[in-house]
Amino acid sequence: MAANQYDAIVIGAGHNGLVAASYLARAGKKVVILERREIVGGAAMTEEIFPGYRFTEFSYVVSLLRPEIIRDLELPKHGLKILPLPSTVTPLDNGDYLGSWDDHDLTRQEVYRHSPKDAEAYDEYSRVMARAAKAIKPIISMVPPDPSSLSPRDLLGLLKLGQYARSLSEKELYRIAKLVTQSSADLLDEWFEFDPLKGTKSASGIIGTFLGPRSPGTAYVLLHHYMGEIDGAFRAWGFAKNGTGGVSAAIASSARALGVEIRTNAPVDKVIVKGGVAAGVALQNGDELRAKIVLSAADPKRTFLQFVDGKHLPDDFVQSIKGFRVRGSSGKVNIALNALPDFTCLPGEGPLHRGAISISPSVDYIERAYDEAKYGQFSKNPYIDMIIPSMIDRDMAPPGHHVMSCFVQYAPYDIEGGWDDAKRDAFGETVISTIEKYAPNIRQCIVGKQVITPKDIERIAGITGGNIFHGELLLHQLFFFRPAPQWADFRTPLPGYYFGAAGAHPGGGVMGAPGKLAADAILKDGG
Amino acid sequence: MFDLKRTPFHERTSKLSLPQNWRRWAGYIVAGSYDLVLDREYWAIRDAAALIDITPLMKYIIEGPDAAKLLHRMTPRDVLKMAVGQVFYTGWCDDDGKMLDDGTISRLSDTKFRLTSAEPSLRWLAMNAVGMDVTISEVTDQVAALSLQGPKSRTILNKVCAKSLDKLKFFRLTETKLAGVPVTISRTGYTGDLGYEIWMPADKALTLWDALIEAGRDYGIVPCGILAMDMARVEAGLFMIDVDYTATSHAWIAGQKSTPFEMGLGWTVALDKPGYFVGRRALEREYKEGSAWRLVGLEIEWEGLEKLYASVGLPPQIPGMAIRASLPVMHNGKQIGYASTSTWSPVLKKYIALAHLQRPHFEPGTRVAMEVTVEHHRLHAPATVVKTPFYEPEWKRK
Repeated sequence: MAANQYDAIVIGAGHNGLVAASYLARAGKKVVILERREIVGGAAMTEEIFPGYRFTEFSYVVSLLRPEIIRDLELPKHGLKILPLPSTVTPLDNGDYLGSWDDHDLTRQEVYRHSPKDAEAYDEYSRVMARAAKAIKPIISMVPPDPSSLSPRDLLGLLKLGQYARSLSEKELYRIAKLVTQSSADLLDEWFEFDPLKGTKSASGIIGTFLGPRSPGTAYVLLHHYMGEIDGAFRAWGFAKNGTGGVSAAIASSARALGVEIRTNAPVDKVIVKGGVAAGVALQNGDELRAKIVLSAADPKRTFLQFVDGKHLPDDFVQSIKGFRVRGSSGKVNIALNALPDFTCLPGEGPLHRGAISISPSVDYIERAYDEAKYGQFSKNPYIDMIIPSMIDRDMAPPGHHVMSCFVQYAPYDIEGGWDDAKRDAFGETVISTIEKYAPNIRQCIVGKQVITPKDIERIAGITGGNIFHGELLLHQLFFFRPAPQWADFRTPLPGYYFGAAGAHPGGGVMGAPGKLAADAILKDGG
Repeated sequence: MFDLKRTPFHERTSKLSLPQNWRRWAGYIVAGSYDLVLDREYWAIRDAAALIDITPLMKYIIEGPDAAKLLHRMTPRDVLKMAVGQVFYTGWCDDDGKMLDDGTISRLSDTKFRLTSAEPSLRWLAMNAVGMDVTISEVTDQVAALSLQGPKSRTILNKVCAKSLDKLKFFRLTETKLAGVPVTISRTGYTGDLGYEIWMPADKALTLWDALIEAGRDYGIVPCGILAMDMARVEAGLFMIDVDYTATSHAWIAGQKSTPFEMGLGWTVALDKPGYFVGRRALEREYKEGSAWRLVGLEIEWEGLEKLYASVGLPPQIPGMAIRASLPVMHNGKQIGYASTSTWSPVLKKYIALAHLQRPHFEPGTRVAMEVTVEHHRLHAPATVVKTPFYEPEWKRK
């Protein structure tokens, strides 16, 4: 085969692009993957921003990395290790805390301390959510059928979906219907009375959305959290060794072993279209690569509005993509520390440092944080989800030193007046002073800090709008709506052009499912 | 008087073990685990450093001009060729070539060895030493032992060790001082990772425990019980006496006994070594004729397992610890062996087992099926015979 001639070209070496490329190479295809940056990983990436301190810069935990991908690509052999992240502690304003541990009895005791009623509800709630997650889980690995189509493939898909729905009990169906339409605050009010418990649980319903805990639809996002729990021993949630960059490195290593050519510093200009079908890719440096299959693992806006001229795509499709909501709502503050932050609620080094620490004292706290974001401000009292990666993986920081990853919501992409250095600094300062209320020594421990706004996510990771899921997990942007009606099966209106990243079904997170399903679609089409 | 023995580390370990799940080991009690779930201890072995109390191992000092001769005669390894500072792992047999026990031999000097074993061995040593110029003493209670296992173990030891361990090779030992206490450190272990075993005077046990915990603080050191170690040793393809084979002295019938070849220890049987050793004739015969059984690794196929569980609407239910239960292994519907230990491997994300299979089914790549109980029904999950170790990080021998 001539140089620059391939069976398939993958745009974007994020984890989904790497997964797709690996599956195509595994099927015997000659594959090249093109990455704009000098390193692979996209938003699943680890960098040494300060010497010796390694930040898992954007995404920071793994929850739903598909077991079949781990097996098929032999990721453990390529260095994937998923380390336990056993607890969540919510420090409270009165100096107490609410903990959830990896032992059922300990958690029960802990919740009981705050509310005996909630302690009982907690068990039942967990069971109900896990069952709902189990019921909805098969949909993750399913190609969404088009309900408007009469093609045999879609009809078969609808039939399968129908059969599947019929296999659920009436109760389960109602529960799921309620979950996808309800707000997480409403759902939690049905179960619990202790506000910090509701606040902490509701936080998982807003991550990556531009919604508050009282917005309808957030209960569904909350459900995603329970999907990992039903894998039992297989459990793929936790902290990846070397951060989420470690996941990308393992997939990249597997990809290379399968013969994938990885080109970094290779930003794509346009998808080449010949005779109405994709024929290759033109790089920004003028190089042209040829292939009958082009797969974009970039976000939907870049994939359809930037890489391809509008004339090659139907107007209604372009309109749908333009209307796809990608409002970034969260930021990150990554901190290098010379000592552990000492939390007033649990002084000294302890188990809390090995798990998540959540600043989510109540539903109102988070809803108020959202109020500010609605009107173009970052939250003055934000929701923060912290982990200390160096306590889980000692290779993340020099001995005795630490790194801390703080996920912060809300930080709107469209901030009033636009993001600039002063606003970024103010945002970082807000986060530090919020943590300081619970860990007063934090400021003295800081040796370096990286503040990431949605604008920075867009600039560095190349995700339009800086939305961590490449598009919010809204009901009207899920399943057969993702990224556009009639085009949720990883194919696009441009023959030969495929789409497989977080903007496709089943969505974001270090999951790999869109990449794999897109590769499946290509291979099914005989690509 | 009615207490089981406690190791010299008990004062620390008993305060640290949250579940207080004491396990019996050679007349001692040791912690099963320190945490309520095994994750942290297991991952310390595979990603940081795990500190394990291995004091209950039986320990013997064999000293005298004929010390090498005795061990050369008692075990199938060529002990005469052993260098001072070298450690051998070996099984040893009765005259029928059936395994009595297994352990390590450390050559401390030309005329001094330490033998570890699982079973009391004084009598067997004495029987084999007839007419030899050798003294045999048991030092189990006088010598406390800690195993420090995991990729960070060397870094931690170097912080408190009088000399660097960077040059200490796999299965070698050195005499040195740790926190001022004279110790022997061998680069050995039961986890298949980088690791060391530290042999120390029992009265200094707590000093050294504290020194190691302190030195390891910034490197993720975790006290680790034998339950997490049990998972790691299966991943390393290492078997356990009276779980994966029956000591000949405990067997009621011939079928319960195993030979070194059957246990995959062919590499320890030095048939080319000079002179007689216990079991020689039987082992020579078996070598020529081939073994009827072999202990092999099994990888259970997850998709197959998923299918079995899906039939009752469940995801696979695999306990997160090693299971010491005999599970029939089938080939074309006929039982051809049994798994003796099975475990979920968190690092490999695979369900694995050590299994005794009959010839010709023990060749790597052979597809068999292992029994799994799905909702009270005994079904069979597809599995493949694989070479052990299942997991061997590059740093184990480096």
